[in-house]
Amino acid sequence: MTVERFPVEGGHIMMFARAIGDLDPAYHGAMTGAPAIAPPTFVWAADHYDPDSAVRPKPGEPWVGSGSTPSGTGGPEPSDLGLHAEQRFEYHRPVREGDVLSAVDRPGRIWTKEGRRGGVLTFAERVTEYRDQDGEPVVTSTLVTVRTARPVGAAE
Amino acid sequence: MSAVSSGGTNIAVDVAVGQTRELTLVRDLTRTRIVQYAGASGDFNPVHTDERFAVEAAGYPSVFAHGMLTMGMAGRVITGWFGPESPLRYEARFRTPVFPGATLSARAEVESVDGSAGTATLTLTVTDQHGAVVMTGTAVVRTSAAGGAGSEDK
Repeated sequence: MTVERFPVEGGHIMMFARAIGDLDPAYHGAMTGAPAIAPPTFVWAADHYDPDSAVRPKPGEPWVGSGSTPSGTGGPEPSDLGLHAEQRFEYHRPVREGDVLSAVDRPGRIWTKEGRRGGVLTFAERVTEYRDQDGEPVVTSTLVTVRTARPVGAAE
Repeated sequence: MSAVSSGGTNIAVDVAVGQTRELTLVRDLTRTRIVQYAGASGDFNPVHTDERFAVEAAGYPSVFAHGMLTMGMAGRVITGWFGPESPLRYEARFRTPVFPGATLSARAEVESVDGSAGTATLTLTVTDQHGAVVMTGTAVVRTSAAGGAGSEDK
């Protein structure tokens, strides 16, 4: 994921805070006019500002999801995206309304493990650095995905 | 703990090893709630948003919640205690998928306190209505700059 411009907006923070069920007024400045603080996991919403995001339907492009058939047509198989096994955030400072962040990521470690149900599990890290408009580091995110031989929780 | 007002104020939080805080994150998680998170986060992966796809194409019992929805909800137990600007680190492991109908509770415990640095390390456990652990995590918070809105437990 490369995001050149992720403007942190009060209305977006409010919608995100509602989605995680957090009514802390610090997140709802859009309703009162006060500048909002972003919840700790808010940078996860950077996908909205990734032109190439694989997890957002785009006009005129195939999308893996049900329409006339259960899987739609074309596009990457969902297993290609892996499952989210682990997530780590390091905060250099809080994210606040008015920040204009950028995000650049790089691959991290890759390792395998024998799973109890799913065969061999392959774990892979992706490290994303979020910086503000002055180039200062704001959040470092480490995503760990796991790919399994078959869906976790699926019927045996 | 009494409720305190508005974020941003600097209030020292007395904190000691072994202190705990519990919070019900969600009761009877709905598919609509998962879709609400998809919209806010921009992650519309159909395993979370499309029941027919999840069951018939991907082979899951149902759609399931984004791990980040659970991590986001569980963050309330940290920021409600130490304030929205307190986190220095927040880490989670997603142990098992969370399906619609889940009732999730988070428990945070102070594992260590660094008085000179003004920080504390917390462990987090999120369990479902059957007692299954769906997420474990840790957080490092600043204890000297707390002051979130007091979202009181429950």
